[in-house]
Amino acid sequence: MRVRELMGTDRNMASKKQTSDAEFAGGENAPAWADGLKQLYDDVVDEPLPDAFKDLLAQLDDGLDERRSVGAPRDNGRGA
Amino acid sequence: MAEPQKHPTRTPAQKADFKRELTEVVPHLRAFARGLCGRPDMADDLVQETMLKAWTAQDRFEPGTSMRAWTFVILRNAYLTDMRRNRFRGEYDEGVAERILTAPAGQEEPLHLSDMHRALLTLPPERREALLLVGAGGFSYEEAAEICGCAIGTIKSRVGRARAALTSMLEDDDIPQRSIGDDTAHGAILKELDEVAAGRGIAAAKG
Repeated sequence: MRVRELMGTDRNMASKKQTSDAEFAGGENAPAWADGLKQLYDDVVDEPLPDAFKDLLAQLDDGLDERRSVGAPRDNGRGA
Repeated sequence: MAEPQKHPTRTPAQKADFKRELTEVVPHLRAFARGLCGRPDMADDLVQETMLKAWTAQDRFEPGTSMRAWTFVILRNAYLTDMRRNRFRGEYDEGVAERILTAPAGQEEPLHLSDMHRALLTLPPERREALLLVGAGGFSYEEAAEICGCAIGTIKSRVGRARAALTSMLEDDDIPQRSIGDDTAHGAILKELDEVAAGRGIAAAKG
């Protein structure tokens, strides 16, 4: 699932998330609606990104210095 | 995050890392923003503003720390600034919020989720924000306190009050149908926003 992947890329966040879940939802009396609140958030996270955001990210890309000065390849695969 | 440090020159590799991490948190920024301001289009505007500000300020990002927490601070500050400029208030005055709140938030959304959304938007902004960060975003109380620039106890208190209010609304099936359109509820929310805008609220610590 996409959310999990995203969370997984941020190790600090992933470990803190467990703490928070325990504090908020796993505690003595987690409200019945706790899952609904999470779902509201996760549903937006899982939405496909509108083009406007892809365009904006691409514009940021164009501004990357290495592209202009060194002529680095568009995506040199340094992903991790 | 609490003490932004200046990192003089970023290598192209660091810039690429920043861009990748920023890209990864955009869906989370959208979710947080929509929870904060309720309207998907305004929320997305807010996220784009946040992305540009984050990009411009990337030298102040500490590599290895949470990009999500860092950008959430930028987003909430942009939101509060917009509030101060009456941008969102103007929309409320035109009754847009009421229309949104009385309609399902999304066509495919089950009824109970639109109830949840509506109930969430009736909360005072400070409590809504705290609940979103901890209950939906999965931040710890400590992280949420850092993001909001307030004490952990303050966050706990806000979350507690928000929880109580939502439980009362959702489990007793007592969601105000016209909460924000209602003059009383509307006035209460705007009063809280005034407090925030005047620097007596959550924004104060972040300057």
